[in-house]
Amino acid sequence: MEQYRIDPSKGMEFGLYSLGDLIPNPLTGETLSAQARINELIEASKLAEQAGIDVFGVGESHQSYFTTQAHTVVLGAIAQATKTIKITSSATVLSVSDPVRVYEDFATIDLISDGRAEIVAGRGSRVGAYQLLGVNLQDYEEIFEEKLELLKKLNEEEYVTWQGEYRAPLQNAQILPQPKNGSLPIWRAVGGPPASAIKAGYMGIPMMLTTLGGPAVNFKPSVDAYREAAQRSGFEPKDLPIATTSLFYVADTTKEALQGMYPHINGGFQAIRGSGYPKQQFAQAPDTRDALMVGSTQQIIEKLLYQYELYGMQRFMAQIDFGGVPFEKIMKNIEIIGNDVIPAIKKYTAE
Amino acid sequence: MKIVALSGSIVGSKTKTAMLKTVEMFKQKYPEHEVTLLDLAEYKVEFSDGRNYFEYEGDTKYVTETIMAADAIIIGTPVFQASIPATLKNIFDLLPVNAFRDKVVSIVVTAGTAKHYLMVEQQLKPVLAYMKAHIVPTYVFIEEKDFLRKEIVNDDILFRLERLVEDTVVIVDAFKAIRMKKDEEYDF
Repeated sequence: MEQYRIDPSKGMEFGLYSLGDLIPNPLTGETLSAQARINELIEASKLAEQAGIDVFGVGESHQSYFTTQAHTVVLGAIAQATKTIKITSSATVLSVSDPVRVYEDFATIDLISDGRAEIVAGRGSRVGAYQLLGVNLQDYEEIFEEKLELLKKLNEEEYVTWQGEYRAPLQNAQILPQPKNGSLPIWRAVGGPPASAIKAGYMGIPMMLTTLGGPAVNFKPSVDAYREAAQRSGFEPKDLPIATTSLFYVADTTKEALQGMYPHINGGFQAIRGSGYPKQQFAQAPDTRDALMVGSTQQIIEKLLYQYELYGMQRFMAQIDFGGVPFEKIMKNIEIIGNDVIPAIKKYTAE
Repeated sequence: MKIVALSGSIVGSKTKTAMLKTVEMFKQKYPEHEVTLLDLAEYKVEFSDGRNYFEYEGDTKYVTETIMAADAIIIGTPVFQASIPATLKNIFDLLPVNAFRDKVVSIVVTAGTAKHYLMVEQQLKPVLAYMKAHIVPTYVFIEEKDFLRKEIVNDDILFRLERLVEDTVVIVDAFKAIRMKKDEEYDF
């Protein structure tokens, strides 16, 4: 676990992440400017650090309703604005970028942040980036596998010789700059179903698994399949960290949490998926067994510990700004996470 | 209430004739509701490639977004090789899995022979159910002999279409009332 900068004795890590979404606040109809939204994210990273949150992530989505397309630049600003919090992408759409360029960017962020940078590489769940950046969606799976393998190799070797199908070959190419301690934690972003989790396992790469909602137990097969594949491929599953992610909203009472989150999750789904979040399903969400993280402080703690028992993950990543959540609500969430949620989960999960 | 009448084939005239008649009945009976006819023969719709429906452009975007904005969809389909035409299946493939959640779908089917009577039960309804539609149980099955020169000449069919139009509206209202009652239970 050390090479991934994770110390299990300190207990499960808690992180925040954003896709940099720029969805109108459904309660006011107002949309922030891109500038205001980016500044908000940098501000949120500082508050997260003060609250004792372990990780802060920013992801890229190249289409309307998003604003951190240049997520590495935003992460650079966050690296400068903070001192101790880990900084990660969430995720980097590797298929549409050059792995060498991605590695250079993150190695640089690692230097600026004094060794706090990580990469989470994914295929993206929206297709805007492919068309915009000229990548054939037909080859989407193969391009990603090839680029992720190259990225892993760049991380392991300073001088790289490599040949593939979707990028010019590398002949003893020196990769500069090198990260502070020679390598970066690199994770693979995995959606719900096991297929991609199995690929992560075979590659022996840490997995960040999305568990957006529905019964938490439904994601267990992906976790099991990941560890099983890692083992079959000659890796020690207990050396490979797993992170899970979910949409998140905590408040003092269940009612307040439901009322606070519903308009945003419903409006956000409407905007980016084309249909809202059914109330009946949302009403079930505070149950400990449901993966969607909405509820009172106590309910959230119970959910996290339930999932910790279920998956044995090393990190949980919360998305607290989905669907035009105003900054005062984001601040309130960070406050509760720092004051109540993190101390409770660390107490139970630290060795 | 928004109703879309979807004519699912790009060839032939029977399904379109039936849908034109259905739309006419709708407009007569319910002038307060908005009815849109989508005749696939008039649009160039791309094959589904996995994108979200609103990420397509041109006709594909228009057709899918119009369907998604509707409260009810009346699907008109011929029978091709004991099933629905590929053009209609492509519309389903373009839409998300829950596309028909909280929507009512009713069916008008045209066929050369009565032998295809169960096609809707075996081919179309399972797809609609998977996509969460409230399906109007009774559909209207129209045969070759019920048409003459692009007119429906069987009174039984005309009466049945009229009832289908009524049922569609009644069922939209009923499910809307159920949903509102259920939503009242929640304080968020």
